[in-house]
Amino acid sequence: MASAPSSTTSAPSGTTGAPGEKDRVHLPDTARDLVKILVAGPFGVGKTTLIGSVSEIRPLHTEEHLSEASAEVDDLAGVRDKTTTTVAIDFGRVSLPGGVVLYLFGTPGQERFRALWDDIAYGALGALVLVDSRRIDASFDVLGLVEESGLPYAVALNEFPDAPRHHGVERLRRALDLEADTPMVTCDARDANSSIDALLALVDHLLTRDPVEAR
Amino acid sequence: MTGRPAGRPLVPAYLSTGGVARPSRPHMERLTVLALTGEPLRQGPPQGSPEGLPAAGLALLEALEGGSLAVVEAAALLRLPVSAVRVLAADLEDRRLVLARPPIPPAGRFDPDLLKRVADGLRALKHD
Repeated sequence: MASAPSSTTSAPSGTTGAPGEKDRVHLPDTARDLVKILVAGPFGVGKTTLIGSVSEIRPLHTEEHLSEASAEVDDLAGVRDKTTTTVAIDFGRVSLPGGVVLYLFGTPGQERFRALWDDIAYGALGALVLVDSRRIDASFDVLGLVEESGLPYAVALNEFPDAPRHHGVERLRRALDLEADTPMVTCDARDANSSIDALLALVDHLLTRDPVEAR
Repeated sequence: MTGRPAGRPLVPAYLSTGGVARPSRPHMERLTVLALTGEPLRQGPPQGSPEGLPAAGLALLEALEGGSLAVVEAAALLRLPVSAVRVLAADLEDRRLVLARPPIPPAGRFDPDLLKRVADGLRALKHD
């Protein structure tokens, strides 16, 4: 049998630049509680950009086989099938003071990813749904998946330079059919502080929710 | 989403586990933390013997020499599906070569204290 990649601690291929702090993937000794938030949205909405702006490691990705991700997520049957399609799921990580390590998983929103979605969403705190205000309809699928999964969520409009300004918050909320208490913020996914603010909108939402709902 | 890295893994996923399709332990999640037990690898049977380990299992042990990793991180580094790493890690745990620490159970994730630590931690991360 051929050997697996031998240099297992180096950055994945495809990244550039000198090895640095962001290439140290191993967990810090202080890591205690690992939690995750989904960064969900259609292709090209800026999920990986947001993850990269916050992550302490260069975003990594796993190759996920769509056909394997059935109800029995641990079953490899079907991987042998050459027609299996794969999708790359990006993720990043932030070690927070106090031993919490927050993982951010970039999760595509199409209906055909449903089984994979369920596996990744298992145990997640919630989802930050990224929306491109130039193409709101591309986010309908992902909002449907989030709502069906029961994950609490917040919406962040990723501000693209040529996006129409002041679209009208209320009109957008109506177009996305958001509940009155669902937070909606704008962010620049390229900017770390702005991305952190969007994540905070979600976490603050989780903290203020009716505890009875949080089941 | 990013594109695939150039080239394919040398070992197809279905062979990386030695043909085993399900993990022997049910609790391997994406955020289960894997660490070496410190058992020396080159030790006689029955425990801690590398004999019979698939190459990918050895590669996983090698990856953990630098420190602990979540299952999903090991999968990314080894370029294997998460499901394959679940199988490999469970096997290594059975052999007492690897410790696996499960993440916070879903019931505990909305603990206000935990959420406050996440919020405070994120605020502390912001820079001017």
